[in-house]
Amino acid sequence: MTETLKITNLHVSVEGKPILRGVNLTINRGETHALMGPNGSGKSTLGNVIMGHPNYEVTEGKIELNGEDISEWDATERARAGIFMAFQRPMAIPGVKMADFLRHATTNVRNPSRKEGEELIPMRQFRKELTEKMEQLRMDTEFARRYVNDGFSGGEMKRAEILQMAMLRPKFAILDETDSGLDVDAVKLASQSIAEIGGDQMGILIITHHDKLLDQNTPDFTHVMLGGKIVETGGVELAHELYTDGYDRIRASYPEAAVAEQVMAEAV
Amino acid sequence: MIATALPTTGFSQEVFDAFLARREEPAWLTDNRMAAWKQFNKLGMPNNRDEEWMRTDIRLFHFDRFTPFAEFEASPKLPTALLAEGVELAGHCTSLDSRNVSKELSPELAKQGVLFGSLDTLIQEHSSLLRPYMERQLIDPYKDKFSALNAALWSGANLLFVPKGIKVANPFHSFSAMSPGGVDLGKTLVILEQGAEATLLTETASTEPDAGGMHCGSIELIVEKDARLRYVNLQNWGSGVWHFAHQMGHVGANAGLQWTIGALGSRLAKVNQHVALTGQDAEAQVNGVMFTHGKQHLCYNTHQHHKAAFCRSDLLYKAALQDKSRTVWRGMIKVDEAAQRTDAYQRNDNLMLSATARADSIPGLEIEADDVRCTHGSTSGRVDDQQLFYAMTRGYTRQEAVRMIVTGFFQQVFDRITIESVRDALGEAIGRRVRDIEE
Repeated sequence: MTETLKITNLHVSVEGKPILRGVNLTINRGETHALMGPNGSGKSTLGNVIMGHPNYEVTEGKIELNGEDISEWDATERARAGIFMAFQRPMAIPGVKMADFLRHATTNVRNPSRKEGEELIPMRQFRKELTEKMEQLRMDTEFARRYVNDGFSGGEMKRAEILQMAMLRPKFAILDETDSGLDVDAVKLASQSIAEIGGDQMGILIITHHDKLLDQNTPDFTHVMLGGKIVETGGVELAHELYTDGYDRIRASYPEAAVAEQVMAEAV
Repeated sequence: MIATALPTTGFSQEVFDAFLARREEPAWLTDNRMAAWKQFNKLGMPNNRDEEWMRTDIRLFHFDRFTPFAEFEASPKLPTALLAEGVELAGHCTSLDSRNVSKELSPELAKQGVLFGSLDTLIQEHSSLLRPYMERQLIDPYKDKFSALNAALWSGANLLFVPKGIKVANPFHSFSAMSPGGVDLGKTLVILEQGAEATLLTETASTEPDAGGMHCGSIELIVEKDARLRYVNLQNWGSGVWHFAHQMGHVGANAGLQWTIGALGSRLAKVNQHVALTGQDAEAQVNGVMFTHGKQHLCYNTHQHHKAAFCRSDLLYKAALQDKSRTVWRGMIKVDEAAQRTDAYQRNDNLMLSATARADSIPGLEIEADDVRCTHGSTSGRVDDQQLFYAMTRGYTRQEAVRMIVTGFFQQVFDRITIESVRDALGEAIGRRVRDIEE
């Protein structure tokens, strides 16, 4: 059976303000979806809600993983069920080494019923695997000894997120603007890396403004979000069109969503 | 063990007289004790009009609730020492309720003239050697009622003396325990003669985690020219213990002191930790790790006193606070006129794990020299919700995430502590204590 992440009529508010207004999206494992849209349209909100961020309130609709409603699950449970997000701005955790952080994370995700204090993956086995993945991603192994995202450059943070994805091997992954703040070569490397770590084995949602990240990860579907709704879905050619021409055609075609976009922008 | 039965009415004249009567001490020491005792009786209790005590309320503390040198019906079992685990030691000694219980010292070191163990005993055998150090009075017995009491009644004390040029690689370990309701009047005296090197790990703990009691202690560290001392002091008293201490390090020319304090226990702690850099090129690194919970109140007054030129001092205190606990840190860097080219730093970071905890952070500078670099910093913050969420998206439970973030917070201090057993012991003790964050 194909594994599925299904979002139905999802309405989400933050501090009482509606941000998502009825999102429908179905991602099968093995598919790549691109999510595009102007700033403030709700793309990152969708990512955070799928991941279980406590500040976002689901007021209507549901998120299902293989038919099970996970809307009430916390982020820990979702992560252990195989959902992952590469953050646009990942948090620094000073004093915690990348390798230690990941060893713990990897153990928890691979052994979802693990209780705190139970055995971690044996150090040797973990080190070997981490080193392999870092070599594959052309990362200096020194990286593993640095504190999580602490003093990382923008590029280093994004690569660290991809490394985590490689180690955690999620079923579904959301990449929230993994290309932002990167130069052309870095985006190319990131794009290649996602493909190399088996992106095609996952269900991927790539949130992006550009089409470069999609080079090596051709989307099966491209969705356009406007005013808190997915208003149009197409193939890869839609991504290229939006990157080249912007969102004027979209706004003209979906006036109700364009008005909502205005209202949401003014409410901020 | 002491055989004489003593009157048990707090810190009375009878108690003091009986104490002196059963000790066989050199006359000079008895004289010093009597002078301090007089001072103890003369001085009033500190109160909130004293700047040092303004934030530390001890109105509920009463000397007459405690019985020094009480007899046990049966000796309680000593708690497990944390710092000595897996460490090959140069020497080890223990005390219980201010009575020396046991000591071991490597015979080779003894042959080289190293003294380690009960100061109470060693001072009888080495009176003329130790007298000048004792009479330097690094800690002023007239400073307050607690310094006077300790100077008058110290017992069950520890001494480490390392003669000139002797370098001891393995650490020494001393463990002072207190039974519930007990009294500890311990003293630690460390003397490193010129060019000597040593590491001393000391820990204090109650025999029961929720025990009450009273500790009024002193620590004097004398690090002479070219000598190097690493000193660790882990305070893990029971949750009902009143903890009063004066601590003083003296660092001579071109000498080095690394002093790490771990403070986990006690109901209320009021500690003065002073470091004096007295010869050119002396260096001191002071590390503090505090983890408080319940209604604990820990107050640390630190003092970095630069008396000579070209000295360096670097203080880093980190505290994580849970529940309704409170910490007070008052740090002073004092630079004498003679102490040109001083390089001094002090920093205090506080991590609040509950909305009801409180941390006061009061740095201070008093500088009389004109060519110095003195800086200080302090931060107080809560565990970041975004950090928690991030860790949870990586499969951490909320609890695990808090524990990891707190451990990371202390890592900066642990990175400075080069002794593995100390890092492990502190890390584990802290990890065990982290519960969830109260909203």
